[in-house]
Amino acid sequence: MIRKSFFSSPEFDSTRRGFGKGLLRLGSLFNDVWVLTADLGGSTCVNNFKDSFPDRFVQVGVAEQNLVCVASGIASMNKVVFASSFAMFSPGRNWEQIRTTIAYNDQPVIVVGSHTGLGVGEDGATHQALEDVALMRVIPNMVVVVPCDALQAEKAVFSLYKRRGPSYLRLNRQKSPLITTASSSFKLGSAQVLVDGKDLVIFGCGPILVEAIKASVILKNKGFSVAVVNIHTIKPLDEESVVKFANKCGCFLVVEDHQISGGLGSAISEVLIRSKPVKGDFVGINDEFGESGDFNDLFWKHGLNSERIVTKALKLLRNKKNVKRVVKKSFSKKKVVKKSAKRFVKHK
Amino acid sequence: MVARIHGLKFVANTLRHDVINMLTESKSGHTAGPLGLADIFAALYFDFLNVNPKNPLDENRDFLVLSNGHVCPILYAALANKGFFDKDELFSLRKFGSRLQGHPHRFSLPGLESSSGPLGSGLGQASGMALVLKREDKSNRVVCVCSDGEHQEGNHWESVLFCVKYELNNLVVIVDRNRIQIDGSTEEIMPLKSLKEKYLSFGWGVIEINGNNMDQVVHALDKSKHHRKGPLVIVANTVPGKGVSFMENNYEWHGKTPSKDEAEKALFELSKRRVA
Repeated sequence: MIRKSFFSSPEFDSTRRGFGKGLLRLGSLFNDVWVLTADLGGSTCVNNFKDSFPDRFVQVGVAEQNLVCVASGIASMNKVVFASSFAMFSPGRNWEQIRTTIAYNDQPVIVVGSHTGLGVGEDGATHQALEDVALMRVIPNMVVVVPCDALQAEKAVFSLYKRRGPSYLRLNRQKSPLITTASSSFKLGSAQVLVDGKDLVIFGCGPILVEAIKASVILKNKGFSVAVVNIHTIKPLDEESVVKFANKCGCFLVVEDHQISGGLGSAISEVLIRSKPVKGDFVGINDEFGESGDFNDLFWKHGLNSERIVTKALKLLRNKKNVKRVVKKSFSKKKVVKKSAKRFVKHK
Repeated sequence: MVARIHGLKFVANTLRHDVINMLTESKSGHTAGPLGLADIFAALYFDFLNVNPKNPLDENRDFLVLSNGHVCPILYAALANKGFFDKDELFSLRKFGSRLQGHPHRFSLPGLESSSGPLGSGLGQASGMALVLKREDKSNRVVCVCSDGEHQEGNHWESVLFCVKYELNNLVVIVDRNRIQIDGSTEEIMPLKSLKEKYLSFGWGVIEINGNNMDQVVHALDKSKHHRKGPLVIVANTVPGKGVSFMENNYEWHGKTPSKDEAEKALFELSKRRVA
């Protein structure tokens, strides 16, 4: 599932650039595609579309509330509109307008929020959208998509166009290793298994999945079979896959470049608490603002790198072994405890 | 022309009757605004707008976006009288299961172009529609009705700039300048002063009228058809609660409904005007 070069010589690109590429191609195929931006055409990679299809491009200036209102008006004339800005401003600033004029009106507008998460880096806390998924997934009618790499972002553009409904596409500024291939399938609402495994499942979304995959490799070397599942569509959530992996692995970890509260982890917990309550943990931003700095340092600080994911995973796995130990008690308690303890000592 | 005006005045009076009846039945909603807008809505739906109740989604229709959704009783009354739905349904306003939501919901009723309620976002939507029509060289017109109070919303002014940039001469904005808002008079809560001067300085065409004078309303709308240079705003000075003496110019009637006794008095006054 993961492209071969990911491990040997990773190729880097950003999801915003993937989006821009997809948009250009979409625009050449369908003439009901319109694109709007709020003075961030370059940063959100829509300028190629602007140059190719000026009659279907609209610059609204620094006015995010108007951005989505105009988008809604255009969409009501049988168009599919991509309204791009930084996520901090859209949906950050214009949430009510999105709710009323796009979602309640059920308009085919894709709100494109770029520069999300700590991956924004140097611009600092004011520009690092860490709450956008939470904001958008609570709105009825809204689909929420977080592509893991540039190729997936490109495909998401087409899928969201075909859906013709209120949607949110979360993009990133930073370049990150390509995880998928051009031929990997992408289906809205279907989780994508990147690594299969049976001891623990890591659910994640966005480019931070790179760290989750690395963590799964480290854990594999320690003798654990860890699955990594890409939940690129947070809403509607692929509940079946989430429950299936929770069942199979018995514990889960969620990794996201977003507040722990309200994001993917919350969405998954809402499902598992009803269907398969198993032990789990979250790697994300814990009720804090970001700050300026290289995004790798910020990821490290907030536990969003492979080593720190491994630490959390081991805690879960250790607990899980305890559970198993109880089960095996009747056979040979001492032996099993020793074996399990040894395994941890060895791999630490 | 005289017959045209007389007919529209009669329609406006009917709409006012309906508004009082609906709100008395619903026991919640806004009274003053809809009464003040009756003349404008009569002129819009029975003279100006090209809309077809038999084919509400007709491609050639004109579009009306009601930005200040709370005055929807007047929109519902106009749509019902125009034939978009049965007039009896007006009495279901704000009730459980009704298509006549407290604030308009686009899909609930035929003839509604947009959902609204939260103020300041109607003009943006109207301008999006107008931009598509203009770029596609279509002759449909877009009308946006908004309140004076919502000019306190920043969102509205974002849209005001937008309409000028894209020279939306197929768009007419009607501002209900009734000078009241929930907490008091607009000039006391957050002074708007001269909207005419504000719009002029932004590069709009402006017509200021008495929005309760049918001659002036019809004349202004007629004039808008020949307006070619950029967007046009009609600043319509209206009397909130118009037609019912004890409601006129009293901001307390902005967000409350008449009791049965008050409704009777109101309907009596309106009937006298109709005869006159």
